[in-house]
Amino acid sequence: MAQFAASAGDAFAPMYEEMKLQGAAGLRTAAWETFAAKGLPNRRVESWHYTDLKAALARPAPLAIARGGVEVARTHDSIRLVVLDGAFRPELSDLAALPPGATVQPLREALAQGTPGIMALLASDDVRTDDATLSLNTALMQDGVILRIADGVAIQRPIEVAGIQSSEEARSSFTRSLVVMGKGARATIIETAGVLTDVPSQDNQALIIRLAPGATLDLFTHATGQCETQTRVMSLVAHLDESASLSAFSLIEGAGLLRRQIFVRVDGEHASLALQGATLTRGRDHADVTLVVDHAMPNGQSRERFRNILDGSSAGVFQGKIIVRPGAQKTDGVMQSKAVLLSDGATMNNKPELEIFADDVQCGHGATCGRLDKDQLFYLMARGVPRGEAETLLIEGFANEAFEGLGNEALRGFISARVSQWMSGRAA
Amino acid sequence: MTMLEIRNLHVSVGDREILKGLTLTVKPGEVAAIMGPNGTGKSTLSYVISGREGYEITEGEVLLDGENILDLEPHERAAKGVFLAFQYPVEIPGVATMIFLKAAMNAQRRARGEEELATPDFMKRVKDAAAKLGVSQEMLKRPLNSGFSGGEKKRMDILQMALLQPRIGILDETDSGLDIDALRVVSEGVNSLRAPDRAFLVITHYQRLLDYIKPDTVHVMAQGIIQRSGGPELALELEKHGYQDYLSEEAA
Repeated sequence: MAQFAASAGDAFAPMYEEMKLQGAAGLRTAAWETFAAKGLPNRRVESWHYTDLKAALARPAPLAIARGGVEVARTHDSIRLVVLDGAFRPELSDLAALPPGATVQPLREALAQGTPGIMALLASDDVRTDDATLSLNTALMQDGVILRIADGVAIQRPIEVAGIQSSEEARSSFTRSLVVMGKGARATIIETAGVLTDVPSQDNQALIIRLAPGATLDLFTHATGQCETQTRVMSLVAHLDESASLSAFSLIEGAGLLRRQIFVRVDGEHASLALQGATLTRGRDHADVTLVVDHAMPNGQSRERFRNILDGSSAGVFQGKIIVRPGAQKTDGVMQSKAVLLSDGATMNNKPELEIFADDVQCGHGATCGRLDKDQLFYLMARGVPRGEAETLLIEGFANEAFEGLGNEALRGFISARVSQWMSGRAA
Repeated sequence: MTMLEIRNLHVSVGDREILKGLTLTVKPGEVAAIMGPNGTGKSTLSYVISGREGYEITEGEVLLDGENILDLEPHERAAKGVFLAFQYPVEIPGVATMIFLKAAMNAQRRARGEEELATPDFMKRVKDAAAKLGVSQEMLKRPLNSGFSGGEKKRMDILQMALLQPRIGILDETDSGLDIDALRVVSEGVNSLRAPDRAFLVITHYQRLLDYIKPDTVHVMAQGIIQRSGGPELALELEKHGYQDYLSEEAA
């Protein structure tokens, strides 16, 4: 174990030494020590049983550095905040378009200045620190945005946090963004994670969300990649106060190894949570969605609905754990994971878990994994739709199920188009 | 002149032979009812004509307009004019009804070498057909058959038949799960599609449906073959005496 920790330390230690000079040294040091004691997770760590990150990151790439002259195409009608190669880029961002009541501060600046409220948020115990990759993110966080939306402010136009790597050689980025929404505030946020080049990039990004009482946030996360040698760990940590509502949707287009982990703590009564998404993998992609929803207060509602579409020899993982603490009576939770395998070589691992310590709750889970439904396929073909087109309709429909409840029409259209495009790239 | 001709059809599922040499002829414009007890292969017949997987055809032919269709894929048969109204239409959550309808109509048109429908033309056709069948705009906005009642699913199937204008419509136990009002709407939909160049095969266990969709011919099916054929009076006779005459070994 000591040797193992030492090797992880060896690889990331120079980055830690460098980042410690960028502010928040105390926070970084504590996180670094936590990480160094554990090392990168391998399959012996229960919550990482299906994903061997240690093997994937056997050779950590050097830290990404900001470069000029990079063009990042727009994909959404949004107020965009660009975090490029590990650095927030105000000159590429639509800061002037931010409506009153919304403010943005670069994380780097907050860390350097030790902005008091922010430091408290970053250090708070509901930011899970027992996950080694989050600890590593805390120790090495380079930059990101801190977005605050004031009490009662409702913002129609989506705000996009675009996390992009453009490095032409393998680089690591560690980014962290915070979204802090005031009482009754409403917003739609798009989180994009992409790579512009086909080098073996390594990204570790975290999004921390705090919803004050009555705040409502719709989040859409879109992850893409360029090649099978890329590695991405993306964490969402959310904290919901009384009557807050978070609907987090994700479309993951697999590329290499991807781990999306979601940690939500429901810390106020009558909070409502929807975690939904579709993951598309092919070739040798490996995509892992792991979530932990912790209901600490009564009358909470949570819906988890995930879809995997797997082709080639790709692998999918869904691990979902719902915890209902002793006082969290009347919690209503439904977790569902469904996978469709398009090839013989694809594998899906489903691991739903319920840990219920209250007696008056309604919680259920279901997981399925199989081929396309033959009755559905026959129904479409009996109406004249050729087999290939019928399969595409079914698969797109299967993916679309994961986005039920997403109110933003433009985003729904965007998602449908991406799934169609993915399907059209399917090897015949 | 015949439209659909089934000649000496033998069909097995696994080791069990279900259709044992069935022969049946349907003329253009004809409404032929097939009546028979449960478990006698009526649904198998409808699936074999429309091309569902899982049935082994060991002997015989199914000719549509003189062409054997048994080697065709289901969508190819559909383009040639075979339409199966399902006993239990399938729910397909996630697939929008309108997208499905357009895909089906245009696929059939392409297969026949016709131009695809322009969107306004398509919308108008759906709207007109939906109004006749009492299919609401709200139903059309939902995913295909998702959360529909039994009656709504049947109406959606008949709507598809109205849009696709098949040569032969096969109604597989269309009355099952329908209350009287839904049965009337569905039957009126079918009756309005009766035409000299279109035939129907109405598969049913009960006489009741035939009060609404009046057949020209009635065929009694039992033990995997057509046991007896006649006019509408045969259905009334069956209603009175049941199927026991056809279930003994001598009858077969």
